[in-house]
Amino acid sequence: MTHLDELESQSIYLLREAYHAFGKVGMLWSMGKDSNVLLWLAKKAFAGHIPFPVIHVDTTYEFPEMLEFRAWAKQHYGLELIVHVNEEARARGIGYETTDPVTVTHELKSVALQQVLGLHKFDALVTGIRRDEDSTRAKERYFSPRNAEFEWDYKDQPPEFWNHFTTEVGPGEHVRVQPLLDWTEIDIWRYCDQEKIPLPGMYFARNGRRFRSLGCMPITKDVPSTATTIDEIIEELKVTRTSERAGRAQDHHERNAMQKLRAKGFM
Amino acid sequence: MSTPHDHLYLVVVGHVDHGKSTLIGRLLFDTNSVPDGKKERIEAACKAEGMDFEYAFLMDALLEEQAQNITMDTTRVPFRTPRRQFTIIDAPGHKEFLKNMITGAASADAAILMVDASEGLREQTRRHGYLLSLLGLKQVVVAVNKMDLIDYDEKIFARIRTELTEFLGKLNVQPAHFVPIAAKHGEGILRTSAHTLWHRGPALLEALEQFRATPPIEGAPLRLTVQDIYRFDARRIVAGLVEAGSVAVGDPIEFHPGGKRSRVKTIESWPASNFRGPIGAGLPVAITLEDELFVERGQIGAPPTAVPVEAREFTARVFWLHAEPLRVGDTLPLRLGTQQADARIVAVSRVLDAVTLDASLAPATEVKRHEVAELRLRVRRPIAFDAGGKIPSLGRFVLMRGRRIAGGGVIDSAVREDAGRDDTLPVTPASRTTLLGHRGAVIWLTGLSGAGKSTLSTALEQRLFRAGILPAIVDGDVLRAGLCKGLGFSDEDRKENIRRAAEAALLLADAGAVVITALISPFRADRQLVAELCGVRGVPFAEVFVNAPLAECERRDVKQLYARARAGQIPRFTGIDSPYEPPLAPALELRTDLEPVEQSLEKLFVLATSLAHETGTPFADSGADI
Repeated sequence: MTHLDELESQSIYLLREAYHAFGKVGMLWSMGKDSNVLLWLAKKAFAGHIPFPVIHVDTTYEFPEMLEFRAWAKQHYGLELIVHVNEEARARGIGYETTDPVTVTHELKSVALQQVLGLHKFDALVTGIRRDEDSTRAKERYFSPRNAEFEWDYKDQPPEFWNHFTTEVGPGEHVRVQPLLDWTEIDIWRYCDQEKIPLPGMYFARNGRRFRSLGCMPITKDVPSTATTIDEIIEELKVTRTSERAGRAQDHHERNAMQKLRAKGFM
Repeated sequence: MSTPHDHLYLVVVGHVDHGKSTLIGRLLFDTNSVPDGKKERIEAACKAEGMDFEYAFLMDALLEEQAQNITMDTTRVPFRTPRRQFTIIDAPGHKEFLKNMITGAASADAAILMVDASEGLREQTRRHGYLLSLLGLKQVVVAVNKMDLIDYDEKIFARIRTELTEFLGKLNVQPAHFVPIAAKHGEGILRTSAHTLWHRGPALLEALEQFRATPPIEGAPLRLTVQDIYRFDARRIVAGLVEAGSVAVGDPIEFHPGGKRSRVKTIESWPASNFRGPIGAGLPVAITLEDELFVERGQIGAPPTAVPVEAREFTARVFWLHAEPLRVGDTLPLRLGTQQADARIVAVSRVLDAVTLDASLAPATEVKRHEVAELRLRVRRPIAFDAGGKIPSLGRFVLMRGRRIAGGGVIDSAVREDAGRDDTLPVTPASRTTLLGHRGAVIWLTGLSGAGKSTLSTALEQRLFRAGILPAIVDGDVLRAGLCKGLGFSDEDRKENIRRAAEAALLLADAGAVVITALISPFRADRQLVAELCGVRGVPFAEVFVNAPLAECERRDVKQLYARARAGQIPRFTGIDSPYEPPLAPALELRTDLEPVEQSLEKLFVLATSLAHETGTPFADSGADI
């Protein structure tokens, strides 16, 4: 059994446990590489059928190429897709043109997520976060409860071991199910390569630059790269020593921005 | 079938402040696993706040942790050497965070146990050592840290090694190596320190590289834990995890609990199809069966020739993490694999001090947070498992309190197979025991009027009832008003009164109740007769002397009986003008004038539960024929 087999097996186990334990499961999908691995794993877990809706929180600042990919993938995988925009915040004029990126991220992602959760009464949200992305994510559980205010009590997390998880929530609460927690960026790429998972073209170098992580257009920077294949990306990652989300402005806007975002419900 | 993976999960345990986070920071830094600028950024932040830079900060990125100098929660950090990839699970040592340590250590392949050379073994060194053993972690390296503080003294190092080897030996844990290090200065980590040339073993990283990722269990029969049944289309798919063995199309398969049998018709896979297997241990699987069986989540698929144990009662070693103690009689959801069933704590055989490894002598009634105990548990319906560590994942379970995992345990063995399952058999004392989860017994309270027999009997009745044990009371006053109406207080009538009380108690005990009698029963010979009757009928019996001096009983005189006796209104009153013969060797003597009711009650409860769970010949047949 390879390391990727182990990771895949664990993720599938978690997805099946989540689907069994909760009445209304939704899976977040950003069209990014981790999200697409998540879709792939769900297809495998449920024998080719994804038995819950896939949610895209659309900030209205998406790259056009990502929107194209969204339309293609919906068709290709047969997704039950929910696209949600925080229209209320947009109406108030919240946007990168007028507001700081931490606030925009909060309004157009976290608040939007809260809205979609309330609208559809999800009690479990499957997310594609990984421990290696950020030091606050390193402390996550596979099944991570959030209270009705969306808060994450990271100081007193429930114990989780031997494949047993927190699978019950109180009224208004939900659980974040995080099947990719143990994957690293390189694992994701190796798995995409092994399984031939379709991905947006923006991850691959064009004119000497590529995107390592994809977010909102105004705050996502591409990086210098010549990697046009997954093999080349992996080789590049082996020697790079900058962090994956370095190109994501909202994380670095101020000290502890990520921690603040996450305590308020950001993924 | 499968090649061993080269990825090692590593847990770092040990007493608080013995240097775990510092070592991890150092391992990351020395293996070039820290992103550029991170060390410099933290150094700058430390300087701004007037603190010294510490390697521990590399990992402890959350601000408040740095403020408190303790690690909050389980953290996973990958690093690699040219030879191998590691993931460190940081398991903090602060006492109240034991749940995180277990959360981390339960999924590790190997452990570094850290000891501060200047402090030696401390409470958590031992506690964590114990838990490593309970969690089944066999690959352990001991890092003796802060060697710089003891001038790299070989003798102190050797002393720690001897002491810890002896302690861990009792737990069946043999460390692969003891390595002298000074994490703060990077000594002994990549290569043996120039200060410890006397050390003949490997440096820490070399020791770690020798460990193997936990291999899948070899040669075990199939264990397929069923997670769910999917009916998205015409197919009825049984989805689960292959915990051990392997499964292929055409294999006979039996599902436990229950034992329904079929054959594997197809393996459902995506995107590939028509895969016939075998699918090996550790992999997810989705199958359809040749027969339309009612298979459900929680069952375990196994070859008919090697099925798991099915039982309702078993003994286990349990560690408890919840603030509220685990008590005898508690009923909580138990999860084993994907099975869930309510489990009752039947008995706590002993509570173990994880630090000294001393066991409490008396049976206890509760297990407090962070204690380890040997328990007997009984589940409401049979569950399937593999005891004795053959297939570890199917021999361990968690207990839930509220929505949280509150404790974990490892099953040692099943207790006596259920006798009452075949419904063509007559109802026997043994099948009653199976139904109730305990046997009947007689607890005979004797003592002067006013000594506290009735008070204690009702209190014990409540306590037993709450603990899930069926209680019954045979009270002297009630008998005299009914079954024994017409009997007086002559020696002969007293004897007959006691005989009837004993027969009534035995009827109830035969039906499975734990009977508490509250009668003065002043004569030794009469009580001896009761003991013999119980012996013949195979019912556990205990004589309890509820003892308060006559003067005290007379002072209490709740029912004003002494006053009336003194006034000559009640003839032959025990203690006044009729003798009381105290027991010579009671199972328990309760001085109700010296100790509070709660204390007496607790002693009675321990006695009653031990009788109710007494093993040995359960009930002589003569009793069952009545």
